[in-house]
Amino acid sequence: MKLEKIESKIAVLPVDNIDTDQIIPARYLKSISKEGLGEGLFRDWRLNADGTPKADFVLNKPEAKGVQILVTGDNFGCGSSREHAPWALVQNGIHAVISTSFADIFKGNALKNQLLPVVVPADAHAELLKSPWATVKIDLVAQTVTLPSGRAVEFPIDAFAKTCLVEGVDELGYMIQQEPAIAAFEAKRVGSVNTLR
Amino acid sequence: MKPRTIVEKIWDSHVVAEKPGAPALLYIDLHLTHEVTSPQAFSMLRERGLKVRRPDLTIATMDHSTPTTSRDLPMLDTVGKAQLDQMEKNCKDFGIRLYDLKTTKQGIVHVIGPEQGLTQPGMTIVCGDSHTATHGAFGALAFGIGTSQVGHVFATQCLLQTPSKSYAIRVEGALKPGVSAKDIILAVIAKIGIGGGTGTVFEYQGSTIRSLSMEERMTICNMSIEGGARAGLVAPDDTTYQYINGREFAPKGADWDAALARWKQLPTDQGAQYAKELTLDASTLEPMVTFGTNPGMGIPISGSIPDPASMSDPIEKSDLIKALKYMDLEPGRQLKGHKIDVVFVGSCTNSRISDLRAAASVMKGRKVNPSVRMLVVPGSMQVKKQAEAEGLDKIFREAGADFREAGCSMCLAMNGDQLEPGEYSVSTSNRNFEGRQGKGGRTFLASPLTAAASAVTGVVTDVRTLL
Repeated sequence: MKLEKIESKIAVLPVDNIDTDQIIPARYLKSISKEGLGEGLFRDWRLNADGTPKADFVLNKPEAKGVQILVTGDNFGCGSSREHAPWALVQNGIHAVISTSFADIFKGNALKNQLLPVVVPADAHAELLKSPWATVKIDLVAQTVTLPSGRAVEFPIDAFAKTCLVEGVDELGYMIQQEPAIAAFEAKRVGSVNTLR
Repeated sequence: MKPRTIVEKIWDSHVVAEKPGAPALLYIDLHLTHEVTSPQAFSMLRERGLKVRRPDLTIATMDHSTPTTSRDLPMLDTVGKAQLDQMEKNCKDFGIRLYDLKTTKQGIVHVIGPEQGLTQPGMTIVCGDSHTATHGAFGALAFGIGTSQVGHVFATQCLLQTPSKSYAIRVEGALKPGVSAKDIILAVIAKIGIGGGTGTVFEYQGSTIRSLSMEERMTICNMSIEGGARAGLVAPDDTTYQYINGREFAPKGADWDAALARWKQLPTDQGAQYAKELTLDASTLEPMVTFGTNPGMGIPISGSIPDPASMSDPIEKSDLIKALKYMDLEPGRQLKGHKIDVVFVGSCTNSRISDLRAAASVMKGRKVNPSVRMLVVPGSMQVKKQAEAEGLDKIFREAGADFREAGCSMCLAMNGDQLEPGEYSVSTSNRNFEGRQGKGGRTFLASPLTAAASAVTGVVTDVRTLL
């Protein structure tokens, strides 16, 4: 699968430090597959105790239908390393999160799952926060976000991760191709855990 | 040669290949795995017809979904049971050593690694778990990874990585009585915030860190992720070597001598550069406790809950209002004296024998307050055995606490050990996120000493009043 451009309305969730326990609570982590994790997305923010939707939660609003871009506060995805977090987002149609920063492990997990972690400068972020449901364009090849005002801002992304997303390169396949180098390295590091050199 | 940090030295000695336009291929010396973040990686191996490249460098345990009630009882949670059964099958199919519930070595992945001497200085260690930094206490570069990367390590024993910057955290001076390693790390996180270390590896230094035992260093390194750093480490010294020597997987004989010579080269060179630095005076620290819904929301026990009215950033302000609403707390008040319902002593942060000894030292001859439910969960079956040999289990049971089998338990509430909605806990674990210890539950993070003192009084307590 390839990911180049996303054009979508934005859902705005202006909260800093959204941790992966909120994105998907631990009780959804007992699955041995990836299937069905989408229903755990923001479960305790999205639903009341009786299972009915909370009307004021952003992804429950009628406008949220078909939204592919989520705009959040700083340091999105902190906490647990669970890759279930990007799996649950993508299973709900979210393909980009825009913030001022991302937690390291979440960022790495997102990039392996067709989910773009887009870091924008504070002024662009402020404009997005003020523009819920406006349409925003993300161009991964050009590394730009076109804001509701029409201004385009650049965003950084690891060059290799970008290649993998745009060209559909399989990261593990790339690693396996380096088998001779791995074997050569291991030949120098003889032994098992207790004798590794 | 340019002076290097310990992180740079470990990095340099593990780069397998570096190609332009791609991250480095980094060799992994030890891969720890558990039932929750591995099943989808094993499925990927099966789909692609791949093997685990180095089962001899891979160790598995069961900890997250694991019941802490008697191992003789049938497991009622059928979904959790299916996950444990799958782990057993996966390890059997791929030839991985598994410490399952039937073994005497089962326990929390970050407790058993060091306990068995698997964790050694200079290693690269990964696990599908964000608290992998615990192993950094030994001078290893240890960090959490996602399930895709678990699959990468299974298949190639490598990861594609870009180097992190080093962040020096210096702690100097003597700790006052009643103040512990947990209070140091909670104070660090309160200072820099939970995103303060993003993109960096913490190197904990200074006279205070040097004076700490390995278990105390593990508590500090464990919570590096709560400061945003994927890894945190302490350069090895004699304390490290003494801890490792003689353990099951520790090098023996000539291998030990060779290992020791290598390990002694690891500490950061004089003049090496850090991207960031922070210095903390340990002698000014008090017992710490968190009031909010992330680990950075911590205050000294004598302090007051901050007031959103004093904050200028609109999102920070609304986040604090949101946290206080969830916690049902009023700004400006002390947390000390706040009524609690549950005390949890356990988790990969504070479930080692020294943590249990600390809690037992407060509980001895005292009772758990009748309004409090106290759960003591050893980090491993070895810790449990040692606690029983020292009679700590009796102290806890006579006080009215529940002393359990090893596992992650109420830290993340996957196994049925959990808070009820609205309940307050003082917990020795690492995260106070909304619902972390059970939907609607409210967590105050603190040290084992503070947790035990609070169990006795039924309210958040300054342990120094009970010493």
